[in-house]
Amino acid sequence: MRVIVPIKKVIDSNMQIRIKADKTGVEDSGVKMAMNPFCEIALEEAIRLKEAGKATEVVAVCVGNQKSEDVLRSAFAMGADRCILIVTENKIEPIDVAKTIATVAKHETPSLIITGKQTIDDDNNQTGQMISALLGWPQITFASEISLENDKIISRREIDGGAQKVESKLPAVITADLRLNEPRYASLPNIMKAKKRTIESATIEQMGIETKSRIKIINIEEPPQRKAGVKVSNVKELIEKLKNEAKVI
Amino acid sequence: MSVLVIAEYCSEGLRSATLNAISAGLKLGKVDVLVVGYDVKSVAQEVSKAQGIEKVILVDDEIYKGAVAENISLLVADMADDYTHILAPATTIGKSVIPRIAALKDCQAISEIIEIISEKSFKRPIYAGNAIITIETSDEKVFATIRSTAFEAVELSSSSSIEEKPAGIDTALTKFISSELVKSDRPELTSAKTIISGGRAISNAESFALIGKIADKLGGAVGASRAAVDSGFAFNDCQVGQTGKVVAPDLYIAVGISGAIQHLAGMKDSKIIVAINNDKDAPIFQVADYGLEQDLFEVLPELEQSL
Repeated sequence: MRVIVPIKKVIDSNMQIRIKADKTGVEDSGVKMAMNPFCEIALEEAIRLKEAGKATEVVAVCVGNQKSEDVLRSAFAMGADRCILIVTENKIEPIDVAKTIATVAKHETPSLIITGKQTIDDDNNQTGQMISALLGWPQITFASEISLENDKIISRREIDGGAQKVESKLPAVITADLRLNEPRYASLPNIMKAKKRTIESATIEQMGIETKSRIKIINIEEPPQRKAGVKVSNVKELIEKLKNEAKVI
Repeated sequence: MSVLVIAEYCSEGLRSATLNAISAGLKLGKVDVLVVGYDVKSVAQEVSKAQGIEKVILVDDEIYKGAVAENISLLVADMADDYTHILAPATTIGKSVIPRIAALKDCQAISEIIEIISEKSFKRPIYAGNAIITIETSDEKVFATIRSTAFEAVELSSSSSIEEKPAGIDTALTKFISSELVKSDRPELTSAKTIISGGRAISNAESFALIGKIADKLGGAVGASRAAVDSGFAFNDCQVGQTGKVVAPDLYIAVGISGAIQHLAGMKDSKIIVAINNDKDAPIFQVADYGLEQDLFEVLPELEQSL
């Protein structure tokens, strides 16, 4: 059983972002980049399925520019068996990423595709749902626990107000929520070995995907900033201010 | 413009986020509301009172039990020709179905709209709310989720007709088995007027219980930072932040929360923010209207008694 994990390279979650002076984007040159944290969780889950003898091969796929190779090296270091880079130098939108992954899936015939629930740059939370729509597969969004049983998968999904248990047919698409697992750190020997591994590669055009920009960026700006208020010296003063000044209690 | 808003509900009935999404829809044009689910007639009746809407479309069938996204998406995709905009609140159902419907119609969805500039142009937060992007779509139809804190809810003071429609196709891809819902008498986090949240510094269940007691005295909800949920003192469902809930109450009290950007992303639009923390350098103080620099284990019992 093969598992595909789509991977995206994003600005490291610990970095403070800077908006470009011309307001067309966020500065990403000279900024520390990393694998999207939710993609790490997705990859970890796939590797655990392999370690448990449920999956036979874990394939990480990245749709991005040539520089995205380094997150695929990280995927190798974590334990991916194969890595595929679908190269595009343009910034592409989730629907086109989904079309690309769905096309890869048609060649690779996986039983599962595990994506992160969202990327922490665009915060879209769309690609997994779109991949499953295009393939006509089940989608299990916000998964916090999965178990494979023959030709089906039982999942626990995080929903507003609690959790939900569902049963889906395979093949299926899962989107990983924060608490699906805690991803491992790659060991130094594995990081070294990953440098020598071969990344399979094709351009998005070679895959026959026609990308189309549908979303025009008008501008990107800073959100309105809050100003720090006042310090109070004790609980009594706090309650007094909330009652009489802010009038919220 | 003709707008379809997909209603969100829970076992207690209509969720108020639907009323915020309707309000966003009314800025674009005439609004129909779709209630799709199993045993949801009462939800349709409730939302039919929403001010300003044209009608409610009710599709009630067992194949929608547990709000199975695959079946709902197919149904809505078939209805999409009648509308220019298909909207849903940015809740777990909305986030699951809107991108799926968009992909079925070969469109790019737009997530978490916070402002409508025109029928094709919108503002939305990116990078955990550290940047706001204004975009314009060239897609023929707009499929979008609405961030409820950015739009005033419409009132439930009117009445419109309910039109029943037969169910669509059962994809039989996913079957609902059961749900475990957190029972609480407190208001729902995303619509509460007051929230008190605990963070990493609250290192025991007893103190977290105290947070609950204070919430009850204030008639508010309990929230948590990621660290507090990870430590097991708060339910996952309480997490406020980039990957959890986005809230904007009148009063947000952050107790023992340092204020990582991922947490701030979920609460910085609150009207009044109170920070209680004994670390004077905690970033939460930079966004707080009132800061109390004191040990929370002293503050919490005193606060509970003084309210």
